[in-house]
Amino acid sequence: MNAANPGIESLKETTAGDGTVATAKVFNISPSINVSEPVPTAGRRFSLAAKNFFQWLVPPVLGLTIFIGIWALVSQTSPQLPGPLKTWASAQQLFSDPFYNKGPNDQGIGWNILASLQRVGIGFGMAAAIGIPLGFMIGRFKFLNAMTAPIISLLRPVSPLAWLPIGLLVFKAANPAAIWVIFISAIWPMIINTAVGVNRIPQDYMNVAKVLNLSEWKIFTKILFPAVLPYMMTGIRLSIGVAWLVIVAAEMLTGGVGLGFWVWDEWNNLNVEHIIIAIFVVGIVGLLLEQMLVLLAKRFSYE
Amino acid sequence: MSEIGSPDEGRKAVIRETFPGLRFAPSGLHRENLMEKYVQIENVQMTFDTKKGPFVALRDINLNIEQGEFISLIGHSGCGKSTLLNLVAGLTIPSNGAMLCAGREIAGPGPERGVVFQNHSLLPWLTCFENVHLAVERVFARAESSASMKKRTQAALALVGLSHAEHKYPHEISGGMKQRVGIARALSMQPKVLLMDEPFGALDALTRAHLQDELMKIAAETKSTVIMVTHDVDEAVLLSDRIVMMTNGPAATIGEILTVSLPRPRERLALANNPKYHEYRGAVLDFLYRRQLRPAA
Repeated sequence: MNAANPGIESLKETTAGDGTVATAKVFNISPSINVSEPVPTAGRRFSLAAKNFFQWLVPPVLGLTIFIGIWALVSQTSPQLPGPLKTWASAQQLFSDPFYNKGPNDQGIGWNILASLQRVGIGFGMAAAIGIPLGFMIGRFKFLNAMTAPIISLLRPVSPLAWLPIGLLVFKAANPAAIWVIFISAIWPMIINTAVGVNRIPQDYMNVAKVLNLSEWKIFTKILFPAVLPYMMTGIRLSIGVAWLVIVAAEMLTGGVGLGFWVWDEWNNLNVEHIIIAIFVVGIVGLLLEQMLVLLAKRFSYE
Repeated sequence: MSEIGSPDEGRKAVIRETFPGLRFAPSGLHRENLMEKYVQIENVQMTFDTKKGPFVALRDINLNIEQGEFISLIGHSGCGKSTLLNLVAGLTIPSNGAMLCAGREIAGPGPERGVVFQNHSLLPWLTCFENVHLAVERVFARAESSASMKKRTQAALALVGLSHAEHKYPHEISGGMKQRVGIARALSMQPKVLLMDEPFGALDALTRAHLQDELMKIAAETKSTVIMVTHDVDEAVLLSDRIVMMTNGPAATIGEILTVSLPRPRERLALANNPKYHEYRGAVLDFLYRRQLRPAA
């Protein structure tokens, strides 16, 4: 690109929140420069698109490269920590057969991921089924809000794993206890965000409901629900995040099949490569869950 | 824009079809045979409970409004004119006094009193059509088929000249258009009284003038009884049959009522050279800025 051309420099790059880059169409060519071609030619437009693409691509790739570089350096000095190459080789082998099953303590990585996802799905689903309606009611009725406020503020800051013994005691089995921990840690953000959303509905909308004399059902479907939806989606996203954080820890303690158990098992086997792979897998699956919900939330935003 | 302002016969036909019983009043005659006390406000007082004790917002409000009359409430901010409008809307209940609309006590909001809010208050997740349809549905769902309710909705949007924007969302249209949808929503319920809380306050001067002209036409076409809160002296004189001027709060009341007997239809440009127009305007300004001037804040 022509660095001396301030017109190009002032070109705005529009970057959407999810990291995608829209090609800028607006030119802002300052009058002080000699413009022979005010209209961009196809070639110039292509080079602009290429520039935007590189600006989007280069920083994350650079960041990852540096990260892997530091990892490689640290692994040189500490012989027990496997380096990137060794881990990569191990990962290739691991993912070549993700769905083998050699008894309850030795199953493929795919089964482990699915087992964890299933627990999170059940725990989170139950939390949503109870938390969201509860949030609506707490937001709509002041009495209920005052009634539940002390309980929520008391229980919300409790570390999720503190609930595990209670779960084991009540359910007398590891798997429901793990799901219980997911449930109890995922429910708070949904209750609180939904209730806050109901509280923050602009008075204008409620006045419309009053003036039009809408029925409770119409108020719910046409005003409350759409107005609260963005808040609810935030709550759901936070909940999924928490649930996915907690599952690894819960499974380490409860055992069975699952990523958390697998990490602990590989620690007992002193297979550090697999532990590092597990960290990446947990991170990537969490990222995918989050992105899925971001996309879902975008579909439901009305602005 | 001018084709919206002048109601052609086609548009009248659409309106006539969906609002049966509505007759287009011959200009200037729309105040004949009116029920005299269509809206009746007697000895109304409004006291709000605050942390510092009771706050009297309004006292001794007495006002009778004829059917088909256009009333403006004007006064400095904080004089309780919106409070008075909310009382008539039924959004708040007076601490004292009686309020009647068409012979029935006002005990809460009702479809016979359509409200247009200052900031349009359209639901952003519904299209213009759906916003209006929500009101139509509420009033006519028991008596009418869904086809005829659809027609009503379309007629209400046609009345404000927005047929082309039916399926747009509020964020896709201009501020003036949003306010027009708000008016269509209120009118679609076939209210006996149209209540407007500074309906054009948030609009630019040109759009405001345009909508004022349209409102005059719609009010004449539908023979609506209108109560409008406004800050704008010109708007009050141009649109009103009577201007209710309120004293400063707290404990505000009606200071003076000015009858504006300018012939209808009124033409903005012609009025600019009309000495009576300036007389009325002067009277309101005198009330607001000499007799009710707020002490410097």
